Amino acid sequence: MSTQLTAPGGAEPTHFAFDAESEQQIAGILAKYPPERKASGVLPLLYVVQKQMGRQTGSAWIPRIAMDVVAERLEMAPIRVYEVATFYLMFNTKPIGRYHLQVCTTTSCWLRGSDDVTAACKAATGIKAFGETSADGLFTLTEVECLGACANAPILQVDDDYYEDLDGPRTLELIEALKRGERPTPGPTIDRMSSAPAGGRKVLVDDAAAKPQGQG
Amino acid sequence: MVKVTVDGIVVDVAPGSSALQACEAAGKEIPRFCYHERLSVAGNCRMCLVEVSGGRKPVASCGFPISNGMQIFTDTAVVRRARKAVMEFLLINHPLDCPICDQGGECDLQDQAFGYGADHSRYRENKRAVTDKYLGPLVKTVMTRCIQCTRCIRFSTEVAGVPELGGVSRGENLEITNYVEKALTSELSGNLIDICPVGALTSQPYAFSARPWELKRTDSIDVCDAVGTNIVMQARGASVLRIVPRINDEVNEEWLADKGRFVVDGFRRRRLDRPWVRVEGRLQPASWADAFSLIATRLKGVPGARIGAIAGDMCDGESLMALKDLMGMLGSPNIDCRQDGARYDTSRRDFYTFNTGISGIDEADALLIVGSIPRQEAPVLNARIRRRFVDAGRGKFPIAMIGAPNADPTYAATVLGEGPDTLAKLAAGELPFAEVLANAKNPMIIVGHGALTRPDGQAIAKACWDLAVQMNAIRPDWHGFNVLHTAASRVAGLDLGLVPGPQGRDVAGMLGGGVDVLWLLGADEFAVRDIGPDTFVIYQGHHGDAGAARADVILPGVLYAEKPGTYTNTEGRVQRAFRAVMPPGEAREDWRILRAFSEVAGRKLPYDTIESLRARMAQAHPAYGQAEHARLGAADTTAPQAGSVAVAATPFYPVIADYYLTHAVCRASPTMETCSGIYVRPAIEAAE
Repeated sequence: MSTQLTAPGGAEPTHFAFDAESEQQIAGILAKYPPERKASGVLPLLYVVQKQMGRQTGSAWIPRIAMDVVAERLEMAPIRVYEVATFYLMFNTKPIGRYHLQVCTTTSCWLRGSDDVTAACKAATGIKAFGETSADGLFTLTEVECLGACANAPILQVDDDYYEDLDGPRTLELIEALKRGERPTPGPTIDRMSSAPAGGRKVLVDDAAAKPQGQG
Repeated sequence: MVKVTVDGIVVDVAPGSSALQACEAAGKEIPRFCYHERLSVAGNCRMCLVEVSGGRKPVASCGFPISNGMQIFTDTAVVRRARKAVMEFLLINHPLDCPICDQGGECDLQDQAFGYGADHSRYRENKRAVTDKYLGPLVKTVMTRCIQCTRCIRFSTEVAGVPELGGVSRGENLEITNYVEKALTSELSGNLIDICPVGALTSQPYAFSARPWELKRTDSIDVCDAVGTNIVMQARGASVLRIVPRINDEVNEEWLADKGRFVVDGFRRRRLDRPWVRVEGRLQPASWADAFSLIATRLKGVPGARIGAIAGDMCDGESLMALKDLMGMLGSPNIDCRQDGARYDTSRRDFYTFNTGISGIDEADALLIVGSIPRQEAPVLNARIRRRFVDAGRGKFPIAMIGAPNADPTYAATVLGEGPDTLAKLAAGELPFAEVLANAKNPMIIVGHGALTRPDGQAIAKACWDLAVQMNAIRPDWHGFNVLHTAASRVAGLDLGLVPGPQGRDVAGMLGGGVDVLWLLGADEFAVRDIGPDTFVIYQGHHGDAGAARADVILPGVLYAEKPGTYTNTEGRVQRAFRAVMPPGEAREDWRILRAFSEVAGRKLPYDTIESLRARMAQAHPAYGQAEHARLGAADTTAPQAGSVAVAATPFYPVIADYYLTHAVCRASPTMETCSGIYVRPAIEAAE
């Protein structure tokens, strides 16, 4: 794999400027650091860029010109920003689809059926392999390492939201909903609350009658 | 001091040293790739593993701090096995292309694989391949060979001060790159080639020219600027194939500026390799005897006052002395080594040298630069300023510049103003920086030729001196007044008296028919077209440039690589260079030409050997008889003469228009021409 210097197909914009919403976020971020250490704000600022690109173009990625803008804002060398942006896989240095489907395929999810989730994603979007974007430009499928929600495996992260306890059919349903422009509520897709047991409480069931549900 | 035992040898090392330094103090060689004495410690190659008493596993010695009573073992079975394993990992993705790699023979990886490498690879997967990067016309990249030691990243960030290289992506995909397709904007980029421990960064112009074991090495001195960088000329047969720096902590540490390194392909081009004489307006080949007799005939009857000589910027001290003596014999007071028209008070040596010394920069705690852009005029010295700036820490080494508002000096410098009026304001205490200078213990002022080449140059020098005295920078233990020269021969010329004598004419005075016979010793950097039409011009030099084009007689001299010579750098440090190759054709050492001509002219110079000439130089100036260069303070704070021109208000201008094309040799070099086209011309065009 070689480092992509510019986005393919002339997608690299020639100009980037923070909008009002981003500026407001940046003011809050930079307030956390002493002025001479403001380079520490590079990670949150790159997130701001990625969010803004998502809002403005429907593709949440960080073009090189925006990294230069971040470098200038934080008074650091552009290469230092490139290093950070390319190091973290959460930053997209190439354009992506409107929805970023991130399938966890690490051990827990894999044992619990992440292969089905992947297959469903591919079937629903027409994507052939990880890293590709669907022909309609709506979806980009990425394979990610452990998302830290193993109790709810398998997981599909859509942009920032976790959809948990998936299987093939429910994944298809989710993607169809996304295609319709809906955003189903994140969290478990089965009958459970967060990481609590499916189908309700399994222990201390005697107390359940005495106390109202949800306080146990 | 801390006592450490290395393989049973007890050594005392400074507190804060690393285990690797302790091992070196004990005479143990520790293999390493990422560690470099002059860069920060990265600790990522893991080749320098050693065992330490009490430790359960080997530690990377480069980043491991020592403690009292520590025992280090550098050659145990565990260490050998660990290093072998590290080497195996390094070689997993390293191509087996040593036979076609320019680093072969001087490759750290090759050498250390000899000691720690396995005889075969156990790796069965696909090897990693990395696309090559464009870093400009000087540094060639073969990135698949890179072992990611990050020395180049640290060099460009820390020493060169141009953070343009970085490591992008991660893990298996980590690549050293500038990310954008752009030439490195450093005048020190050639040093990347030296610090790269493998063949990832090699010299583009030198590519596939020679193997290191074929080259004959000769110690020399760089004359492309006035720093006096210590270099090694590496030659095969009659050609110098490359120039690399030699370590001298007092001068250049181990760096060399790009011009001094890559000018080498201009050595054999546009050379004057035989005498020429102008017959009916055309230059015709001639013999030495004919050329000499023609000059002698022309000189007959010309009074000394109508004869002049101009010495160039790359001359050795010997030829300067011989020229000075020849003009003395001919009764001429018209001699000048200041092609750029700079003005100095030469009555005291510290009026025109870099008195703090290059190594003295390390002790300075405030710096004012007047009319100079050190990054272009002396890149290696600029790196020293930058190092001091970085080492001192935030705000501990304040730097201000007067002039050069748009230059990036590679360190944070406040631009106080653009002209000499700012200097007056500073002296009057009207600027906040005046207080910084006053509070500094060892302040420095650097006066450049952007100031000294003006008509009011001497007055500005005096103003700077006065300011230095005012802030107590000139005292017996510290000398803060510095002149930064751009011409390698200038200090020697001033030392040996190559300035107009009583009623003598300077360069401007010799032009426009000021003299009837004009002897140019390698002088091309003045307004040659302004030489009077009836002036008989003798050009003695090595390259066919402006001076030779105007000449009536051309005497082929030799380059600094082709003669033993004495060069005095901007500090006044006298250094010797040796002959690396023989001159082409009929070219001869310059002092021998002058000596031979003096005999034809009937006024024989009194030296037949270079030793007796050097004795004459020692007699002319005591510095040339001393083996050591000493940095001195000055008890006498009497200021230099201010000259007759009062300080004008005009802003300082940069003295170097094109870093890569400042003298005849680099104008003959295709590499320097390419660099100029890539780095300088686009900027000039953009400005227009």
